[in-house]
This record gives sequence, C-alpha cells and structure tokens, in this order.
Amino acid sequence: MSEEFVLKTQDLTKHYGGVHALEGANFELRQGEHIAIMGDNGAGKSTFVRQITGVEQRTRGKVWLYGEEVHFAGPLDAREAGIETVFQTLALADDLDVPDNLFLGREKTFANWLGPFRLLDYRGMRQATIDGLNRTAVKIPNIRNTIRNMSGGQRQCVAIARTATFHSKLTIMDEPTAALGVQETAQVENIIRTLKEQGEPLILISHNMRQVMDLVDRIVVFRRGRIVANLKRDETDGQDVVAYITGAKTQPEFEIEGVT
Amino acid sequence: MTDTSHGTGGLTFDKSKRSWPNELNILLALIIIIVIFEIIGQVAPYMRGQSFLFDTNDRFDSIFNEARLQIIILQVAVIGIIALGVTQVIITAGIDLSSGPLVAATAMIAMSFAQVAEVNGFPNPKAVFGAWAMDLPVVIPVVIGLAFGAMIGAINGTFIAYFRIPPFIATLGMFLICRGIALWWSGGNPISFPTEGYAWIGSGMMPVVWFVILAIVFQLIMSFTVYGKHTYAIGSNEEAARMSGINVRRHKVMVYMIASMLAAFAGIVLSSKAVTAQAGMGEFYELFAIAMAVIGGISLTGGRGSIIGTVLGAMVIGVIRSGFTYIKLDGSYQLMAMGGIIIAAVILDQYRQRNRA
Repeated sequence: MSEEFVLKTQDLTKHYGGVHALEGANFELRQGEHIAIMGDNGAGKSTFVRQITGVEQRTRGKVWLYGEEVHFAGPLDAREAGIETVFQTLALADDLDVPDNLFLGREKTFANWLGPFRLLDYRGMRQATIDGLNRTAVKIPNIRNTIRNMSGGQRQCVAIARTATFHSKLTIMDEPTAALGVQETAQVENIIRTLKEQGEPLILISHNMRQVMDLVDRIVVFRRGRIVANLKRDETDGQDVVAYITGAKTQPEFEIEGVT
Repeated sequence: MTDTSHGTGGLTFDKSKRSWPNELNILLALIIIIVIFEIIGQVAPYMRGQSFLFDTNDRFDSIFNEARLQIIILQVAVIGIIALGVTQVIITAGIDLSSGPLVAATAMIAMSFAQVAEVNGFPNPKAVFGAWAMDLPVVIPVVIGLAFGAMIGAINGTFIAYFRIPPFIATLGMFLICRGIALWWSGGNPISFPTEGYAWIGSGMMPVVWFVILAIVFQLIMSFTVYGKHTYAIGSNEEAARMSGINVRRHKVMVYMIASMLAAFAGIVLSSKAVTAQAGMGEFYELFAIAMAVIGGISLTGGRGSIIGTVLGAMVIGVIRSGFTYIKLDGSYQLMAMGGIIIAAVILDQYRQRNRA
C-alpha cells in the first residue's frame, strides 16, 4: 500500500439491522488534498465519517491511514492516530474554557505518579492553545472564557482549533458552518484555507455548494449509502454535482445493476 | 508568556473580562444575613441590645464572639464533610441521597471495632464482638469504616454508571439499605465506650479541623487535577466527555466512591464526637448536605460550582441555625425558613443562568 494516500477505504460498509446505511464505499484522500463529501440527508455521509473515526464499528471493509490498516475501537483511538473530527454536535464542555476543551481527555500533566489526581499543566496547555490558534488564525477574544459565553462561530472555531493544536494527520469537519451566520461562516472558511495552505488534508461534509466549490479539490457524492461520483472541482460545476446528488446522473464506474 | 493583547488572532487575557465569581455572591449573602441578625439583636426590644457578632463576655480577648463562631462551625462541620463529597457528585449532574444513613451505618460498624474491653473495671456493657475486637489501635476502625464507605460508593456508582439507573433512584435504594444495615448491625442497640484514640477523632474542635483540611484538599483537587477537570467535564457535557476519550463510567464510580468515603468519615467523626453510635444517627444529613451545596451555588444540572461555594453554603446554614436560636425563634420556624432559603437559592441560580445565556 502506497503512502501517498492519507486515507483509503475499501468496501466500507455499515448496516444497522436491515438498513444499509453505507454500502461498499471505496474512498481515497491524497496528501494535502481537501475533499468535500456531498449528498442528501440520509445518503450515508455521516455514517461514513462515523466508521472512519471509530464512533461506530463497521460491518465490513478496510480502512488505511497513511498506508497502515487501522481498526479503531473508539473515537479516542482515531484521535490518537491523528484523525481530528469536528462533529456536527460540537462535543464541547460548556462550563470549561478553551484550553480545557482543547485538551479534554489528553491533558498536559505533571506528577503523573498521582494517577487520576495528577496535576494539570495549565500554563503549558494555555501556551499550546495560543500557538494553535495563531497557526490557524482563529480569533477568540478571550480563551479563558467558558464555552457557554461564546457565540456559535467562536464555538466552532474552538472545535476546529483542536486540529491545529494537535498537528493532526487528517481533519474531518461535519457541516462546520450549518449553524453559523455570514461573517462566522467566512471566518471558518478562512481557517479551512489556512489548513489548505499548510498542506493539511481535510474531509469536509457540507450542503453549501458555493462553499464546496470555493474550498475543495475534489467532490465525492453519496446517494442512498453508495458513492455515485468522484469529481474534480475544476471539471465540474454546481448543476452537475446536483445532478449526481439527486440521482439524475451516476458516474459509469459507480453504476451498479438494479440501483439507480 | 507572549504578548497576546494584539497581533495575530487578537487573543487577550483581559482579566477584567472574567466574570464575577459566584462565591462572592454567597459570601455577600452570608454577610447580609449576619448583619440582619446583628440588627435584630440590637433593635428588637426583647433582645435587650444583645450582639450576634460582638461579645466581650466570652473567654477570648477580642471584640468578636468567637464562642458563637466556634459553635456555628462545629454544628456544620460533620455535615460539611459529607457536603464536600455531595458537591462532587452534583457537579457530575448526579445526586447522592444515601449519605445520611451511610453516616449511621459507618458509625455503628466503625465503633464496634473501637470499643474498650473494660469500663471502670467491668467488661464493656455495650460490647458487640468478643475480646478480639477490643482495644484495637484506632487505625483499624477507621480503615474498616472507610472501606465500608468505599464499597457502598462503588455499588452506587456501578448501578448509576454501568446499569444506567438514575442517581436519585440508585441512592434512594442505598438510603434504605444503609439505614437497614445500621439497625441490623447491633440489633438496634447503641454502641458505646470507644478507645481513647477513637474518641480523639471527634473531640473538641477536631471535626472543624477535619472539615477545613478536607475542604482545602478537595478544592485543590477539583481545581488542579485531571480528576477535577473530568468531573466538571462530565457534568457539563457527558457526551463531549465520552467523545474526548474520558472513561466516563469509571470516573463516575470514582466520584461516588469518594463521596461515600467522605460520608463514612463523617460517620466516624460523628460517632467519636458523640462517644456513641446509634442506628438513628445522621437523620436528614443527606438533605442538609445537598442544601449546603445548592446554597453554595452548585448547579444541580452539573458542571458548575466549587468546594469553596459549598463551604460558604455550610456557613450560611450554620449562621441561620445559630442566628435563629439567638433571636429565640423556635426550631420549627428554623426548618420552615431553611426550606424557603434552599428554594430561593435555586431560583436565584436559575435566574443567573438565564441572564448569562
């Protein structure tokens, strides 16, 4: 297996009982590439992400990360392997501040012999947070603020800043701007551009056609649990993508008998 | 630290923007309550100009009434020790109703291993066990008591975290079980005549010493350790905590174990202080401990509050109790007023939350 692929899946499948939420997904992500996953609600986008990030256990199929076959028992495994996910539900603790949230579950500590009572290295975590935020140009007025006191956009930025802070190998964003205003959306998009400039690979799930066309290199379309198109951004346009999403078109290599 | 007030990202550490800590509100309330009692004492005709705060007739050479202060703290110290644990449970968005009966059960069990063999030359009339359990070093009853507490806490936590039984129900069950254990242990008989070492634990102002030491230790733990951070995270957003890789179930078991061990220790202190253990001990303690936490600003929805808050909440309850006695109000009024204050504290907390959102 070549290491040119950051992520590669083969025949990735997930059935919930009789529901075939994801069926035989073959997916490739190259170094430094930004890919958008598009599709209708229930097309299998989130299911696909949940299999990669270890939130759920796949029914069958294989996943390689940097050429190495991986099998994550849980989201922490995936995170430790370098997959950082910004979930639709933000997964932030409202009563904690920014560094606390970034380092939740993997705190910088000292006096580790104290076990669960080992001491928190607040200073180190704060510095790493500032470095990470600066690297991504994420603007948060006061990182000592609790998440509760932040706007939706700021919360989203905190979730995204995890990526930068931990030098992740792959960033996955599940509809990062769905709940944001115009200005906040622009801010998040700028962060994504910064990641692109730095060569950080990214998978973006989005319903926003303009955003996708602006930001990514390739678009993978899901429909009814299957991949139906793998399009280079430069060789397609919005109408074309919509045709694949709605089922008007399917790329020949993804044609399956009996499935339209 | 780099200058972050301007430049990329525009990050700031503007301390003035940090919110007014809730603990100061409680401290303010405490001071207001004290002042009200002082005014009543000075103004109300039947009080004949007595003072709540100031008194020169006690054995201390200062203007303050230290004797009253001592009594106030001593009154709340034992329940305060329980409240330290209950606080941690509530921060995880749980509740622990079993602490009061656990105090009684632990008092009975620990005391039965802390008896002297002979009282005034006669065999101990309250002996529970034979000669083998007499005149043991103090560490044995203490360890047995704490181990019992740890066991009860582990059972509570396991039911709550692994069997997904609501904390209210799980600890309500344990409430009855522990009261049952307390009654069964010596067939309902009180257990008395502890060894000198055991009697020392709760003698004089020792309960206050334990309360203060434990409060400081747990405030530090909650603020500066991974245990504390994860406790807040779980109460704040359990799903986020799980996704961040925190072993939420194991952590909850640990929190309930620590809470029950604190309640068990309170039972040891109480039985030592009273120089006897009775199955009916600790009645309503679990409710007063919860009340201290709630008055101290611990949010019942989890994630917010501090040990300092609970200590202040304990002081509020202590001052009110002492103050009502001081203005010669009957105990029945005290209970009614206390109930009103607890409800008011929760209303205030909700009001504050709504304003913040």
